[in-house]
Amino acid sequence: MDSPKIMVRNFNFYYGASKALKNINIDIPENRVTGIIGPSGCGKSTFLRSLNRMNDVIVNARAEGRVVLDGRNIYDEDVDVVDIRRKVGMVFQKSNPFPKSIFENVAYGLKINGVKDKYYINETIEKSLRDAAIWEEVKDRLHKSAFELSGGQQQRICIARALAVQPEVLLMDEPASALDPTATLKIEELIQALKKKYTIVIVTHNMQQAARISDFTAFFMLGELVEYNLTGIMFTKPSKKITEDYITGRFG
Amino acid sequence: MKKKQFTQILGFSLLRTCACAVILVLAVILYDIASKGAVVINWKFLTTMPADGMTKGGILPAIIGTFLVTVITAILAIPLGMGCAIYMNEYAKDGLITRFIRMAIRNLSGVPSIVYGLFGVILFVQLMNIGTCILAAGFTLGLMTLPWTITASEEALKNVPNSYREGSLALGATKWQTIKTNVLPYAVSGMLTGTILGLSRAAGETAPILFTGAAFYLPHLPKSLFDQFMALPYHLYIMSTQHHSISKVRPIAYGTALVLIALVFTMNLFAVILRYKLRKVKME
Repeated sequence: MDSPKIMVRNFNFYYGASKALKNINIDIPENRVTGIIGPSGCGKSTFLRSLNRMNDVIVNARAEGRVVLDGRNIYDEDVDVVDIRRKVGMVFQKSNPFPKSIFENVAYGLKINGVKDKYYINETIEKSLRDAAIWEEVKDRLHKSAFELSGGQQQRICIARALAVQPEVLLMDEPASALDPTATLKIEELIQALKKKYTIVIVTHNMQQAARISDFTAFFMLGELVEYNLTGIMFTKPSKKITEDYITGRFG
Repeated sequence: MKKKQFTQILGFSLLRTCACAVILVLAVILYDIASKGAVVINWKFLTTMPADGMTKGGILPAIIGTFLVTVITAILAIPLGMGCAIYMNEYAKDGLITRFIRMAIRNLSGVPSIVYGLFGVILFVQLMNIGTCILAAGFTLGLMTLPWTITASEEALKNVPNSYREGSLALGATKWQTIKTNVLPYAVSGMLTGTILGLSRAAGETAPILFTGAAFYLPHLPKSLFDQFMALPYHLYIMSTQHHSISKVRPIAYGTALVLIALVFTMNLFAVILRYKLRKVKME
C-alpha cells in the first residue's frame, strides 16, 4: 500500500452508552478513492464524520483512540478542529447549498478563512467550479441563487465549495444517493478526476458504485470493520463469508 | 352516505363560525373605537398638550411618552433577548442549567404585568435609585418583553436548517463565524418580527409603568430620560376611570384608544413588512 494519508488506530465511538464504532483500525492511502460500504446503521457515516470531527457537534457523543492525519492525531487536545476541517473537506448526502448566490457559496470558505484578495477569490472560484465540472454550466449566472440549480448541479456546487478551501482529503457521504443516473455518472467521473489531487473517502450504499469508483473498499457491519482490501479483491475474492454475502446481495 | 355528508357540512360550518367569531370581535372593537374616537382626532389633538384639567386639548405628551418608553424597552429587550436566544439555541448543551433557564423563561412569561411593575419599582426605582422615570419604566417593560423576544427568536433560529450550520463548520468556520454568517442572516427577520410584536404588546401595557414612571398629568414634556412621563395606555385608564368628570372626557378617552390601537397596528404592520422584505433578500 502507498503511504497512508490517514491512519485510524483502535478507534471507538459512542453515542451516549451505545457503541457505534468498535475498535476500528484502517489505513487510508493518499490520492486514492477509498469506498466505505455496509448495511444501514453499520456506522459508516459515523466513521466518515469522525475523520473531520464533525461528530463533535453531537451531544453526548464521545470518541476514543486515534485518527492520525499526516502523522498527527486529530483528537489531540491541542489540535484546532477548525484546521482539521479545512484540511479535510466534506460533501454531505443531501446537497446543502447555502441560500446565497453560486459565487457566494463557493467563496464562503475563503471568506471565513480571512481571504480578502478579490483577484485570488475570483481565480479560486473559477478553478474550483472547473474542478467540480460545473463551470461551463454556471459561468454566466454566478450571481444567481444556488437554489435555482438542479439537484445534481447543487451537489457539484457543494463539491466546488469544499474544493475552494484547498483541502487535502475529501469526505463524501453518499453524495449521489439523491441524484438521478445521469447526475450520478457526472459525480462519479468527477471523483475519478479529483483523486489525482485529493485523498477521497466515500460512503456509498450502492455496491456497483463502490466497485466502479473506489481503489480500496472497506466493509463495515454493526460498527466493526469486517474487511478492507483493494476493491478488485474485495469484489472477487473476499476473504470472509459475510463480506461475500453482502456484496452478492444476500442481505443489506 | 347522506348522513356522512351532512356531518361533514355541519362540522365545516361550525369551524368556520369559530373563525368568523374572531373577526367579528375584532371588527366590533375597532368599529366602536373608531366611530367614537375619530371625531376628536385631528392634527391639533395629536400635537398639543392637554388643557383645562385634561377636558380639552390634545394628547401629545402621552404619544411622546409611549414612544420614548418603547424605544427604551427595545434597547433593553432586543440585544438581551436575541443574545439569550442565540445562546440557548446554538451554544447551550442540554443539561440542568439549560433546563433551569428554559423553566425560568416559561415562568417569566406567565408573571402578571403588575408584578413586573412592583419588581421594577424595587429594582430600578429604589435599588438602582434612578427614580420614577422613562428609563425605569422602559427597563421594566423590557424585562416583561424578554420571554416573548427569547421565545420568538429561538423559534426563528430553529427554522434555520441544520445543514447550513454543518456545511459551514465543515469548511473550517468557527462556531461564531457559522452563526454570524450562515445562521443569523436567515433568522434575523423572524427574530425581529417576534420582537416587534412583543414591543407592541409592551407599548399597550399599563400596570408595569404605573409605579415606575407614568404620571397622571404633567404640564410639560419630559426633558430627559430621568423625567416622569405620560403614556397612552395610562392616559386612557385615567380618562376612563380616574378623571373628575368621566362622561365629559369620554371622547378624549376614545381618541386616545384609537391612537394607541393605531400605534400597535402600525408596529405589527411594520413587523409583517420587515419579514416580507428580509425574506425576499434571503431568496436572492
